[in-house]
Parts: sequence; structure tokens; C-alpha cells
Amino acid sequence: MTAIPQKTSQALANRSIGSRLSGLLTQESVLALALVIISFAVTIVNPNFLAARNISDILSNSSYIAIAAIGMSLVIISGNIDISIGSLIGLLATIAGRLAIGAEAGGYPEIFAFIIPIVVGVASGALIGFFVAYLHVPAIVVSLGMLSVLKGGLILWTGGEWIYNLPEWFKFAQQRPLGIPAPVYLMISLTIIGAIWMKYSATGRAIYAVGGNREAARLSGISEKRIIMTVFMINGFMVSIAALLFATQFNAIQSTVPSGLELLVITSAVVGGVSILGGTGTVIGSTLGAVLVHVIPAAMIFASISDYWRQAVQGLLILFTVLVDLYRRNQQSYARRK
Amino acid sequence: MDVLLKLSDISKSFPGVRALSDVQLEVRKGEVHALLGENGAGKSTLIKIISGVHKPDKGEVRLDGKLVSFNSPRDAQANGIATIYQELILYPELTVAENIFIGHAPRRSLGPLHWVNWREMNDRAAEILQSLNIHDLDVRRKVGSLNIGNRQRVEIAKALSINARILIMDEPTAALTEADVSKLFDIVRLLRQRGVSIIYISHRLNEVFELADRVTVLRDGQYIDTQAVSATTERELVTKMVGRTIDNLFPKLPPKIGEPVLQVRDLVHLPFTRGVSFEVRAGEIVGLSGLVGSGRSELAQVIFGIMPAQSGDIFVSGKKVRIQDPAQAINLGIAYVPEDRGTQGLVKQMVIRENVSLAVLQSLASSGFIRRGRERSLAERAIEQLSIRAYSPEQIVGKLSGGNQQKVVVSKWLASKPRLLIMDEPTRGVDVGAKSEIHRLMSELAVEQGLAILMISSELPEIMGMSDRILVVRDGRIVAEYARADVTQEKIAAAMMGGQPKFENANPQEVSRTS
Repeated sequence: MTAIPQKTSQALANRSIGSRLSGLLTQESVLALALVIISFAVTIVNPNFLAARNISDILSNSSYIAIAAIGMSLVIISGNIDISIGSLIGLLATIAGRLAIGAEAGGYPEIFAFIIPIVVGVASGALIGFFVAYLHVPAIVVSLGMLSVLKGGLILWTGGEWIYNLPEWFKFAQQRPLGIPAPVYLMISLTIIGAIWMKYSATGRAIYAVGGNREAARLSGISEKRIIMTVFMINGFMVSIAALLFATQFNAIQSTVPSGLELLVITSAVVGGVSILGGTGTVIGSTLGAVLVHVIPAAMIFASISDYWRQAVQGLLILFTVLVDLYRRNQQSYARRK
Repeated sequence: MDVLLKLSDISKSFPGVRALSDVQLEVRKGEVHALLGENGAGKSTLIKIISGVHKPDKGEVRLDGKLVSFNSPRDAQANGIATIYQELILYPELTVAENIFIGHAPRRSLGPLHWVNWREMNDRAAEILQSLNIHDLDVRRKVGSLNIGNRQRVEIAKALSINARILIMDEPTAALTEADVSKLFDIVRLLRQRGVSIIYISHRLNEVFELADRVTVLRDGQYIDTQAVSATTERELVTKMVGRTIDNLFPKLPPKIGEPVLQVRDLVHLPFTRGVSFEVRAGEIVGLSGLVGSGRSELAQVIFGIMPAQSGDIFVSGKKVRIQDPAQAINLGIAYVPEDRGTQGLVKQMVIRENVSLAVLQSLASSGFIRRGRERSLAERAIEQLSIRAYSPEQIVGKLSGGNQQKVVVSKWLASKPRLLIMDEPTRGVDVGAKSEIHRLMSELAVEQGLAILMISSELPEIMGMSDRILVVRDGRIVAEYARADVTQEKIAAAMMGGQPKFENANPQEVSRTS
């Protein structure tokens, strides 16, 4: 046993400056830094960028994506994926809008317009979770099926028409308590709750364990089926909240599926450092990712860069973050292969 | 003898780690050269440099006296260096011949068109196998249907198909049965006679003495020395590898055996468990021995609820219980250190603290949230108790060496305060230092805390060195039981082989040939 202290000090010495630095460079701090740098750079070109109204607009616009990304990051951390959420947002927004008009006409309480979409969202998550956890169908297949069913079903039901004449009480997302858009409050509080829960709760830890090594988690007495169900239901809840914000942000709702939402949400999570391979990532990272994904196109507009670049830049952002993720993993495995 | 391969002053660093510093290695023509060292000593990095996976930061590699520099594994192969890794790299859906000639299949051409010359490929594959004295392997069979021993023979044939002059074997016997090990040794000796040089890595010192001509020892990325195997002893080699003297590989204390903790009666889970009855008492270490495929690991999985019993009874501390999943087993005070720590034991992205607490998350939590202070002290205690070499409980488990990873798995299960600890191959792929520490811990836990331990191992010295009682499993049944006092290696081996393994018929030809 006498050799231990010596070995330990050696291990300490082996931990070079490089690895200490890469320890400091967490995805969150890099993202926060990137946000600050981009904001200042654009402000130099166009001082209007930092105007309070503009900043709060950007945050408000990114809120519902960020909230959906919280759910998505849990799903990805658990080693799964859900590509049906764009369709689900479309469906839930339509349900909410129709219920709001129905409630306005009388017949049932206004709160139904908010509660029922949440119930449907959680149920949809539970359905996906059931297929993935108990029937062992890969999540990408289940959610791809769900995507088509929801998308087709919605068009069949509504014919894709617009819902106008939404009552004033329904337009939650347009309110500005203390001058800050309501969605921003929701985004910040759900991020904080999600982050604390993932970091400190037993279930949060179990989600990381299942995503990191499902078999080892199961053999450690973690019910991986229950965990996967839980994750998809939480995702359903987050998507419902996102859908309510989406539905109430304008004065009308088009009852079709908004295109590309799921990609935007997955991009936010991945840019935020959630590894697409499962097992690692944080909720704070994914929210910062969502904000960054919105700040960049906004910044490009203020810097008068053509909008055609927007998608390309988003793509590059994904590639870049995935490369960083791979680089980190490589470093880890090199150290292991010592 | 001529020197074929000479490495001098090799250094290699990875971000944050210096893997090798000024290491040398000299391999002669037609010798079996053993490379020894604890996990993390730098053996893997060294062979990756030889086989072209990594480039050294410093130092030179000479092949036949000529300075060489390999940019890729393909480069090394072209120079006659082939490597057989621990995890065999074969394609299960392709045939034996296709696997042997993957990447360099004999071709026919017609103008710009090329296609595989199947007949020549099959013939040449058969020829190579013949030359290795392997006569029972059909080159047209899919590799996926072969057992591990035969897959390894395919890998060796693959190496010969590129006319390898140097064959690197990384722990080739780790997953083999005794019978396959002796066949492998015959092949290695045959290759040596033909002038092939073999670099042989193994944790099993008896193999080094049986097979190798010379041995090089590495420790902490440094070269220690090279000597003739005939001029050294096991004890001396261990001391060199560990850097200190290990008095006893099996520090067994006199047992204090108490009441039965686990009793099973007529346990069945077909096809691997066919009516098993035995008991393990408090303070007792019971060794479970048997060939690969005999059903010994499956028995542990039945008890732990991974494959719940189809019939039969389990009693824990005298009370009849039903175990349907691992969570129930854990609640009953059963812990299970699985055979494969990488896929079943650890979450490698997680830090030590998070792995140690994984099996006790619920009891560590208060109203759903983990009590961090208690979790941290649990991890700190584990690091101290098992002498895990880590700079902090916050170190990522994937970065630890094999032995230390295994200690993390063990401490995860000790954290659950079990009454019964099932350990499947507790020291597989673990270096001697860590091995003796794990053995010492097992002994202490049994004697001081009255823990009942059921240990599965394919290493007979380990079984005989640690167990108070030895059970031998064959064909899903317990066929023999020996007390510590009157067991011999021969008795166990005879009981293990007593009949035909019924369900390891991955290779029907072999079975029919011998029956």
C-alpha cells in the first residue's frame, strides 16, 4: 500500500495544463462566450443590436425552441431521439386554438385550452416511450411513424386552415410582465428547474446512466424501462409548453405542421453540448444552444448579411459542435489507451 | 539469433498523458517475446506504434536493421507485421476464407474488370489452415457460427495470409477455454519453428514461462528490462512489474463460516441452468468453476434476476424469495460484479463518484434528490478502501486503467452493503498488483464482515487459492463439490471436462469428431 501516495501524486502531475484547460472549457462557458462575442461584434457594426427591445425579442423567439430543447436533451441524453415533435407542436397548437375559440363561445372553462394540449402532449410522449421501452422499437423509427401519423392526421382533421379570432386571454406569449416577454420567464424557470433536477435528482442521474450504458444501468437495479417512459413523458410535457407558446405568439394559428422545428430543436440541444451518442450533456447547455441558434441569424440580419447564408451557418454550427464533441471523446479514449 | 525488430528511445504522449518515455524493445527472429506490465504500463501504446496505429513522438523503429516509419496499419502489414487484438476484428456474416483474405482477396482480371477468384481464395485459405495443423475448420463456414477459439485461429490465418514475419498477440488467451489455450500454444510454437517472431502480451505469468523465450517488462511507461525467461522467476517478474514485492497473490485468511445466506433448490432456466442446488454461507467464499459455456455465468444471472428462474426455489437468509429483476436482487442484499466491466459494469462517461453510487441511488436520495455529501464520502471511502489510483472522485472512469475500473465496479457493489456478493471473473484483464488487492479485499470482507461470496473464475489457481469450497458446473448442472483441503487442479479439470459440453456446439464438427 505504500506505493499509493506516490502513484497518486504522479497521476496529479500527469494531469497537464492542457487537460486542466479543457476542463475549464465546458460547453456552457464556450457558448456563453460565443454569445457575448457575437453580440459585441454585431453591435460594433450596428449599435441597434443591443437595444433592449431587440434582445428581448430574440430571447422571446428562442423561448419555445429552448423549452422543447430541454425535453429533447433529456431524450438524447437517455440514448434516444424524437423527431416527431415538430408535428406534435403543430397538432397541440391547433388543439389549443380550437379549444380557445370553443371556450370563448362558452361551454367549458378557458383553462381547458391550456390543460388539454398538455395532457395530449404527455400522452403522446408516453405512447412513444411505451414503444421504445417495452416493445424495443428504436426511437427514431417510432417517432418517424408518429411524425407521419400526426402530420397526416392534422391535415385530415383541419384541412390546414387558419384559426383566426383568437380571444385576447389566450395570447399568453404576447404578454410582457415588467417589460419582459412572458415566454422568457418560462424559458428561464424551466431551464433552472430542469438543470437542477438533472444534476441532483436520483432520476436525473439514472437518465445519464441509461444513456451512458443501458446494460450497466439495468444491472445496477435501475429500471431502464421506467426511465425511458419518464423521459418521453417529460419531453411530451415540454413540447406541450412549447406548443402553447407557439400557438399564442401571434393572432392566428395555421393548423399545419411548422416545417423544420424538430431540426431546430435537435440542433439547439447538440450545439448546447448534448452528445448525440447519449450519456452526456446539460440542460443549461441546450438552452444556451437554442439562444445561440437564434442569435446568429438575428446578428446576420443586423450585420446586413444575406439571409441565404443563414441555413449554411446553422449547418456549419452543427458540424463544428459535433467535431468538438468527437475531439473531446478522442482525448478521453486516448488517455484510457495509455 | 538475428534481431528482426528494434525499437529504441521511443516516447509517446497523448494530451494530458505521457504514455511511453524512452522505451526500447528488441525482437529476434523466430522468438516468442513476452511483453509484461500492469494495465497502463504502456504495452498497448507500444504495440500500436509497432503496428502503425500511432506514430512515436521520438525514437526510431528498425526492421531488419533498416529505419522504418509506418503511417498506417496497412503500412505495417505490408512490412510483415500483423496484430491480433484482444477484441477480434472479424466479420461474422462472411466466411472463414473471406475473413482471412479480406482486403487482399486473390483476383482474376479481364481488361479493366476485376473480380474475386473464389476458388483460389478458398484453396489458399484451406492451405494456410492446414499449415497450422488445423484440419477441422471449413473455410466456407460463416465466422459468426464459430466459437472463440476457432475465431482466433481465423485471425492467425489472416495474419499468415499477409506473410507476417512478426505477429503481435494481445492477451490471446483471455477469453479461451483450457482446451483452446493448449491448441493456441501449439500453433504459436509451430509459427516460431517457421521463423515467425511473436510478441506476446498476457497477464498470465504461467503462460509466459510456458511459451516465451525472452521477456520485456514495462512499468508506468518506462522500460524496466529484458531478460531470458529461463533466467528469471515469477516472483522476480511480478516485483519488476509492480515496482514492489507482492507477498501473496492469494492472501487467504482463515474463514469464519456462519449460517447459509443463499440456498437454491432445483433452479432451472433452460437451456443453461438445469436443476441446480447449492448454498453459500456467511463468511464463505464458494468458487464456481466450469468451462466457457458450461452455464456458470448464466447461473449467476439467474440468481441475480437478469434471466429469472423458470422453476426452483431461492432462499436468502432462510427466507424463500422470488427474484424477477436485478432491482429485487439488490433489495435482498445480493450484489453482482459482472464478467465484462466495460459493457455491464461501468458507465464510462461518468466519474468515479457517480459510478460508485449507481446501485444505491434510491437509498442515497432524500425526497428524490441525491445527498451529495454522502455520495462524495461514499466515493472517497471506496477510493481509500480499494486503493483506486485516481486523483479525485471526480475523475472519469473511462480514463482509469483496467484494474482500477474493476475496483470501481467492486466498490459500487460494496456500497450496496450486500449479504451475498457474486463475482464473475473478478480479476479478468486485471494486472497482478490490482489482482492481489482485490483478493485481499475479498478475504477481508468474508472474514471480517461475514459476507458470503460466490466467485466464478476460469483461472484454476484463483479458484483454488481463494475458495473455501469449490463447485464444478458442467452442462448446466453442478457435477462435483470439493472442500478446500482436498481439491487438486486435476480433480477440477476432470470434473469440468467429464462429458461433452452440450450447448457449446457452435462448431458441430468438433463435437461429432470427438464423440
